[in-house]
Amino acid sequence: MRKALTTAAIVFALLIVSIPALAHHGNAEFDIGKRVTVKGTVTKWSWSNPHCFLTFDAKAESGSLVHWVVETQPPRSITAGGFSQFTFKPGDEVTVTLEPVKNGQPLGRMLEVVLPSGKKMVTGHID
Amino acid sequence: MPKRFTARLISLLAVSIFAPLLAPAQNLPRQPGAVYDFDRPDEKPGPAPKRDLSGVWEPAKGPGAAIQGKGALSMTSCEYKVPGVPYTGYAYDAKAPVPDCLQPKQLPPYTALGRKTLLAHIPTEGYRMVASALTNDPVPACNPQGFPRIVLHDFRTSRIIQTPENVVILYEFNKKWRVIWTDGRELPKNPQEPTWGTPDPPESRWWGYSVGRWADDYTFVADSTGFDDRTWLDNAGLPHSDALRVEERYHRLDAVHLEMTVTIDDPKMYTKPWVALDKLRLRLQPASLDIPEEECAPLETEEYNSQFAKPAARSAKVK
Repeated sequence: MRKALTTAAIVFALLIVSIPALAHHGNAEFDIGKRVTVKGTVTKWSWSNPHCFLTFDAKAESGSLVHWVVETQPPRSITAGGFSQFTFKPGDEVTVTLEPVKNGQPLGRMLEVVLPSGKKMVTGHID
Repeated sequence: MPKRFTARLISLLAVSIFAPLLAPAQNLPRQPGAVYDFDRPDEKPGPAPKRDLSGVWEPAKGPGAAIQGKGALSMTSCEYKVPGVPYTGYAYDAKAPVPDCLQPKQLPPYTALGRKTLLAHIPTEGYRMVASALTNDPVPACNPQGFPRIVLHDFRTSRIIQTPENVVILYEFNKKWRVIWTDGRELPKNPQEPTWGTPDPPESRWWGYSVGRWADDYTFVADSTGFDDRTWLDNAGLPHSDALRVEERYHRLDAVHLEMTVTIDDPKMYTKPWVALDKLRLRLQPASLDIPEEECAPLETEEYNSQFAKPAARSAKVK
């Protein structure tokens, strides 16, 4: 039984194991495991190396605008997930779930995004 | 109830209950248009052709199956053996379960200079990683990755072309290429020696000098030397010197598979030769596969650095 439970634990662990980012840097900047969901208006989508990144403005609780910059994987790694150079355009209203950086700046890496159409997309940064 | 049956039953239950968590697996990195071994689990490949490496090749277990950020030695014969979960190379989150073979306990045999040089390298990946704005890795600033780093980090879709005089490898990252001469010439014996005739001056090279030969009908061996010592061996910062010699061994397994092994020999940095890439299995791709571009462009990296990397590293409590 103990072996059975161990096997099950390993299977479960592997089901939630991270997907490789194939990116140019590791985890050092990020507050691993923390999640923030932000609604905002896209200002730019950079389809670029070493990372694609999305910038958007979101209203803080105080009412002021916060300019977020969220990175994701490079183009070659997210095309299979349905992303393209044309996924976002300025003015799009999006909801971004992100893993923030450790220093409190409005920066992070995008884990999921809900597009204006309601379509949800994941980037592959799952941990 | 037999223990093995119980284990399988519980595993199946776990897969069923947590199946939705597998949804992101559909977004695993894969080269659009590429074919992987997990796409054709019942395949029985035909025999290997003799003395033939030509074609477009991709890691057979998926784009993440080559060495990733943890560096050379980290993927040696290492894989997750779970049905339905393709091997993806390495666990990106330090808190995720990491197979023993991915732990950095397999260290190369450093000399004192090798260890000192390693510590002078500040990488953004591996167990010594820092925030990307704090690195001294030459590659993020679009300096040449060079050889062998091009194959010791995230080996990607590559095209091999054979001619009567040489084997040419076209790599995806930054659209780089190498020529491995098979016309009988020898490697330059030292950096001061004139190289292979005008117009080449005697010089060290980011990509070295390479010659190759068929060890048998299915095994091609290339030797390289004459490297510029400013490159790193991998993304984790492993060092090399100008005394580096690299052996690549390409073994044709069958009609669709090729195995690549890379051995590092650098007496200034390592006390003995060591295998950095151990039998990476590559898969022959459809001839129509168009290798996409992934270019390190200063225009893009500068924008990324100013908008993300530098502000993310501020206050610097990021290690």
